[in-house]
Amino acid sequence: MKTAIVTRSKLNLVLLLLALVAPFVLYPVFLMKVLCFALFACAFNLLLGFAGLLSFGHAVFLGTGGYVTGYLMINTGITPELGILAGTLAAGLVGALYGKLAVRREGIYFAMVTLALAQLAFFFYLQAPFTGGEDGLQGVPRGYLFGFIDLSDNLQMYFFVLAIFLFGFWLIQRTVHSPFGQVLKAIRENEPRAISLGYNVNDYKWVAFVISAALAGLAGSTKTLVFQLASLTDVHWHMSGEVVLMTLVGGMGTLFGPFVGAAAIVTIQNYLSGGELGNYIHIIMGAIFVICVLAFRNGIVGQFRKVLKQNF
Amino acid sequence: MATFLGINLFGLFGQLLVGLINGSFYALLSLGLAIIFGLLKIINFAQGAMYMLGAFAAWMALNYFGLNYWLALVLVPLAVGAMGILMERVLIRPIANEDHLYSLLLTFGVALMLQGMFTHVFGSSGMAYAIPEALQGGIKLPFMYLPAYRAWIVVASILVCAATWWMIEKTRLGAYLRAGTENAQLMQAFGINVPLMVTLTFGFGVALAGFAGVMAAPVYSVSPDMGSNLLIIVFAIVVIGGMGSIGGAILTGLGMGVVEGLTKYFYPEASSTVIFLVMVIVLLIKPAGLFGKEA
Repeated sequence: MKTAIVTRSKLNLVLLLLALVAPFVLYPVFLMKVLCFALFACAFNLLLGFAGLLSFGHAVFLGTGGYVTGYLMINTGITPELGILAGTLAAGLVGALYGKLAVRREGIYFAMVTLALAQLAFFFYLQAPFTGGEDGLQGVPRGYLFGFIDLSDNLQMYFFVLAIFLFGFWLIQRTVHSPFGQVLKAIRENEPRAISLGYNVNDYKWVAFVISAALAGLAGSTKTLVFQLASLTDVHWHMSGEVVLMTLVGGMGTLFGPFVGAAAIVTIQNYLSGGELGNYIHIIMGAIFVICVLAFRNGIVGQFRKVLKQNF
Repeated sequence: MATFLGINLFGLFGQLLVGLINGSFYALLSLGLAIIFGLLKIINFAQGAMYMLGAFAAWMALNYFGLNYWLALVLVPLAVGAMGILMERVLIRPIANEDHLYSLLLTFGVALMLQGMFTHVFGSSGMAYAIPEALQGGIKLPFMYLPAYRAWIVVASILVCAATWWMIEKTRLGAYLRAGTENAQLMQAFGINVPLMVTLTFGFGVALAGFAGVMAAPVYSVSPDMGSNLLIIVFAIVVIGGMGSIGGAILTGLGMGVVEGLTKYFYPEASSTVIFLVMVIVLLIKPAGLFGKEA
């Protein structure tokens, strides 16, 4: 057990070093995209992987964070960290409302309720006057972090995004390993037993939902600053499907899985959209879904762990 | 212009008719979902794609093979049902014992693939399908003009839904089906071939979506994303209805179509969201849905 902890912290250190060197080797905007989606997927996985709740409408929190941050950055002179904070809070607030409704149903109904609620929000953002409708919010300024660090520089922006990701990842890790996280796992494994032990299961689910929504909003706010754009794509249910796919590919219920999955999917998409296979993108995504479910349910990280366990 | 209490009757009945037509499609799709859910306890996310497939199959049958609407109305649901049977046997059967979330994700993947293929081949703009000759024109009523094809949609859908309801609730076959949903193992012990029943039920539920697709082809443009947008609304309807009963699925489907039509007349801005708002209200008051059993 002790060696496992030591190897884990060593692994974390190596990964952190890689993350610090990465922007000097790879294109920073691509890396930022990976980090934003990784945070989104990790937030989503907090629900699916650790509480067993499949939210099929998580795009709404990504989009809400993006719109609020984008609107504030364009129309008020606030600094980026405040803009992101506002976007995160807004997503958390929407999450609190939606969560109250969604946790009243279980299993596949929960998935359907979250999907339908997200579609409600999609139509709202389509018609609302401040979102720019089909065009979205374009030309969102990145601004100056704390008023003096120029984020229009990609490298500086990258380290800001990395810091946000690390914060989010740390928070999720702490949540999962806290007593609260243990109760969530208990609910996932056997809900009636958790109820009979006296836990107010719906409250636990709701808090997990709010944390997940806020972190998804944090990812969306950050993404808006990176790409200087907030659009309907981020609220569309396709995006909700994509985050499910990222988590599934990486390995649900593992901490690193969604990160690996997000990196894999973003890389595949970037690669495909440039080449002649771009037209096949949905077919390929659908095929990955089917293959993962049929043959590969543990995902990349889960499979890797299994192989490690069997051979070493 | 016919008005009553300041309401433009032509406009109102026009929207009511549109609502009933949409409601017919909602009812057919949620009925198919309910049947599949009843026996397999899975939500078929590909139901919308099967609806789209039905519409495209009718279009292709007409344009490539010269098969007219009436033949398509019979053959296409059979073909789509066969697709469903294949899907159940090859893809869903191997994961039948896993968490039901996996089958939801699997059917979602299938839906993405189908939608992607049709977008790739036909592009995302819609294609037209002419109304069959026998149903062109319409009837002039004192308060509205009733196009024959639209009346046909409502009548045919209600007949198909009613027949399905009767089959499940009143016949011996339906009794086996309902018993199978209660206790599959016991039914197996009584000598009923439950796996075959599951396959055929899945095929039938999917065929209903294919049927709806053929019916929809002449009124909506045939396009790859016609199913995915509809499906989310149908999910909301399923949550409202509660999926507890076959009759509930039909009634909620039709009812929500009418609610949508009325909203389009009185407050058009909310027409795309009204069903989701109803869902929110129902969730607040009766989380199990209008016809659902409290778990």
